[in-house]
Amino acid sequence: MVKPEVIKVIEKTVDVAVIGGGPAGLASAVSAREHGAKNVVIIDRNNWLGGILPQCIHDGFGVEETGTSMTGPEYAEMYIEKAEKQGIDVMKETMVLQFDKKREIVAVNKRGLHKIKTSAIVLAMGCREKTRWNVMIPGDRPSGIYTAGVAQAFINLYNIMPGKNVIILGSGDVGLIMARRLKFEGANVLGVVEILPYASGLPRNVVQCLEDYDIPIFLNHTVTCINGKERVKQVIIAQVDEKMNVISGTEKKIECDTLLLSLGLITENELVNNVGIEIDNTTGGPAVNQYFETTLSGVFACGNCLQVYDTVDVLATDAKKAGKNAAKNLTIKRKDNKIITKVLPGRGVRHVVPQIISEPGKVHLTLRVEKPIESSVLHVIADDKEFLKKRLLWVNPANMIGVDIDIPLDLMTTTQNLEVMLDDF
Amino acid sequence: MISEKNITCVVCPIGCKILVKIDETQLETVEGNKCKKGIEYVKNEVFDPRRMLTTSVLVNGGEWPLVSVKSSKPVPKEKLFSILKEIKKTVVNAPVKSAQIIIKNTANTEINIVATKTVKKS
Repeated sequence: MVKPEVIKVIEKTVDVAVIGGGPAGLASAVSAREHGAKNVVIIDRNNWLGGILPQCIHDGFGVEETGTSMTGPEYAEMYIEKAEKQGIDVMKETMVLQFDKKREIVAVNKRGLHKIKTSAIVLAMGCREKTRWNVMIPGDRPSGIYTAGVAQAFINLYNIMPGKNVIILGSGDVGLIMARRLKFEGANVLGVVEILPYASGLPRNVVQCLEDYDIPIFLNHTVTCINGKERVKQVIIAQVDEKMNVISGTEKKIECDTLLLSLGLITENELVNNVGIEIDNTTGGPAVNQYFETTLSGVFACGNCLQVYDTVDVLATDAKKAGKNAAKNLTIKRKDNKIITKVLPGRGVRHVVPQIISEPGKVHLTLRVEKPIESSVLHVIADDKEFLKKRLLWVNPANMIGVDIDIPLDLMTTTQNLEVMLDDF
Repeated sequence: MISEKNITCVVCPIGCKILVKIDETQLETVEGNKCKKGIEYVKNEVFDPRRMLTTSVLVNGGEWPLVSVKSSKPVPKEKLFSILKEIKKTVVNAPVKSAQIIIKNTANTEINIVATKTVKKS
């Protein structure tokens, strides 16, 4: 047993502490430093910075931000260099255990227990992948079932092949990219199974990751059973109807040794749960105002723990704003403005960020739609009155939509809810 | 002889389904594209399809067993697997710096394979 006096408690005080050293953490930390925060620390549980980026060796990162298409590792190094130049303190292999309402963080690493007093916290914990148990696939529990991102880390970071004959469930971009990656490394990719009538990933990835290598995609299909004692031996796939119910009699057996799951991502916010920060149930992330501040003053959120983004470019743009506002939080005296307007997703809209408008002025809304529509109209309704109308073409749940609105002061004082909805046009 | 081909344009997220009729060395008709960029795209797809190649190379004595790499330019699609074969035979010694050339003129394409990551010595 470890005696209490043996545990070393290391205390420090910083201006801004960023929890998570992935793309959002790096961008927000760099931005906080650029906007006047002197003492910035990034805390990450891994022994490297960049989060998921080093294993995303394909290109397509940074196109909007820099004009060139970078690979994940290149994009990460660009920000790591900036962070180093600005003297941002990094605590690697450090796990944040909790933080409280006074924004004091408790973290642990090999050196001991750390108590970090902060003026502002930026949450950038990212997200994790859905597993077999999020969609409840029946069958045996053999080895050979991996989430797509874990298989990606095996192949691209650790030089381990997850298997030889592979079925991929889910056609999100990670799943598609892994189909090509496995093919490059000599595996036999038997097909991608997608429950929806269309691929979830970008057309570019459908063409360049599947069609280029004649990898079949089974639309309107799902995996209904996994068989195998020690190792996966077979999966059963079947067609589904419009209500996503399995159509009996359409079952097909596919012999394989590996099943990759690309089922989508869940925001990672366990840290937030105990401190009374309001969570948006549709995004799974904290509800924030237009400054990316959560309902706990001085605590900001960005990146995939706020909402799951499509591209790192848009993610970094928002994360920089969060970092900047965290730095500004140090210098401005808070007006305790109790008047707030809530932003709610309406018909056809899955979610909207920010969820709260706390001051009048220009607000950038990001939203995701329910289903693909060729031609639609977006309405912003202020307590039953139409406030804004905008024509949108080719909306798709795979593409996050950005809309700028200007909120006048009188609207804030008279309106409690802004509803954002979408209709066919 | 005229042949037909269905091509999905990947220039933007709309992903137009374009039908092209090809007369040996030139495009006869292009249908289904919503903008001009689609024509340029199908021209390249029909006569000189190219892809960026990203993969990894074994590292000797590094903090990581692999270094990620990319082709310095998009490579001809039909050469992808011969280039991959060459890359698989390659081992590089740590340290490796990002942008360092790993293979020059891969598979006689005049395109280089370059590191996209820095790998320090272990």
